[in-house]
Amino acid sequence: MEPMIQARELTKRFGMGCERCLESTGPDQETNRCWHCGTVLACNGVSFDLYPDEALGVVGESGSGKSTLVRLLHFEWEADGGSFVIHRNADLEQLPGLFAEASHYSCNLFGLNSFQKRQIRNALMGIVYQNPHLGLRMHVSAGGNVAERLLGGGWRNIAAMRQRAADLLHRTEIPVERMDEPPANFSGGMQQRVQIAKALSNNPLILFLDEVTTGLDLSVQARVLDLIRTLRSELKLSLLVVSHDLGVINLLCQRTMVMKYGRVVESGLTDQILQDPQHRYTQLLVASQL
Amino acid sequence: MLTVENLSKQFTLHILNGKQLDACRDVSFTVPKGRFLGLAGPSGAGKSTVLKCIYRTYLPSSGSVNYESPSYGAVDLATLPEREVIDIRTREMGYVSQFLKVVPRVSALDVVMEPILARNNVTREEARERAVQLLKRLRIQENLFDAYPATFSGGEQQRVNIAHGVSWRPRLLLLDEPTASLDRESVGIVVEILKDLRAEGTTMIGIFHDHDLMASVTDDVYHIN
Repeated sequence: MEPMIQARELTKRFGMGCERCLESTGPDQETNRCWHCGTVLACNGVSFDLYPDEALGVVGESGSGKSTLVRLLHFEWEADGGSFVIHRNADLEQLPGLFAEASHYSCNLFGLNSFQKRQIRNALMGIVYQNPHLGLRMHVSAGGNVAERLLGGGWRNIAAMRQRAADLLHRTEIPVERMDEPPANFSGGMQQRVQIAKALSNNPLILFLDEVTTGLDLSVQARVLDLIRTLRSELKLSLLVVSHDLGVINLLCQRTMVMKYGRVVESGLTDQILQDPQHRYTQLLVASQL
Repeated sequence: MLTVENLSKQFTLHILNGKQLDACRDVSFTVPKGRFLGLAGPSGAGKSTVLKCIYRTYLPSSGSVNYESPSYGAVDLATLPEREVIDIRTREMGYVSQFLKVVPRVSALDVVMEPILARNNVTREEARERAVQLLKRLRIQENLFDAYPATFSGGEQQRVNIAHGVSWRPRLLLLDEPTASLDRESVGIVVEILKDLRAEGTTMIGIFHDHDLMASVTDDVYHIN
């Protein structure tokens, strides 16, 4: 099977950069800040493949570059280097509308203009943030939040949008009679589920989950994870799961990469990463798990 | 069907200043198709290590694990790309440990149905029927089918685990003390299930603590020391 996404040598730096940045940062130097020029290499040389219907985990501590990686792929931040390719396949060809611009696929998406990037994002991607304030308008109704995404995807019929929003909120276990309330009224777990409903509204092929269960209590966490597992098997989604929680990764992902100071230190089958970690940092991480 | 050649596994513990641990050394054996091989040896000899190296939960340090796959032909599981290992695990090779990996909010019945459905060649109804039969055979009470195994007793969890491991009739099955925490009656049932699997053509490699049990279910025994 061919990979759906190929990311190669993704790089994001904050600062001017100098020729000694590479050698003076990374896990061996125990820093991501170059002491010659003060540049921070948030993400450096990260490469991976993501296959259709696969969940890939990204683990690492705060500051390891995991969220940076998601922001690059979701076109929130401009990459300083590397390539990001979505390969055309049978599933993609079936998507209506946008694919008049089929030449966008199988080229480096980082080279597209912001309009084209937004098209790709609206058609193919969904994202759920750790902080629901980033993904939702807290004072617009839950249904309105989902509808906003649908508008971006070209929906125009109000009744159809409302019906679709109600279906999605029902899927994510939000009582439909509460769809006209703003998420500000909701609990943390409910806000996460509204975010998931919104992220799924355009039938994405790729869903980015950035620490989605961090900060939720255990029973709510279990419910959100269960929802993600169910939706994944029903909708044939590919997931990029970013988490510092090895339990979450173990539950959702068959393959995992471990990041530290902006670089991938190790990648492999999730059970192998957890039971036979090769890198010093991964061994420490696994040994620190509760 | 499976030939292990000069398999060695060393762990390098970076946390302990690069201390090296030998888990197993120069293990070689062959399992013909449809046979059941037992692994014997004292505690700590590396029996589980060998199984985990075959399943690729451990990365072998040296040696090869040659496997005849219907989908990929002759492959070395020690170095096969991850995607193909995942596919072989989904469709051909199973692993049953002593412990159930408990997934929150997934019922016992769903735990057993999941691997059957993952193979895509059965309907939900058929999968359900097969899972029910198996759980009944393993004497899991019917009113526990829709309960979450996290709340089950150790023996019940172990039996759900075995049902999960065998329900989809893997082509190659690795068993790491599957009967460790079971009472005698349950052990008898598990032995019958393993014998049925073998009769259906499943190739197996197993570790059993009990020598008599090992002798009664396996065709050959390989000693590790």
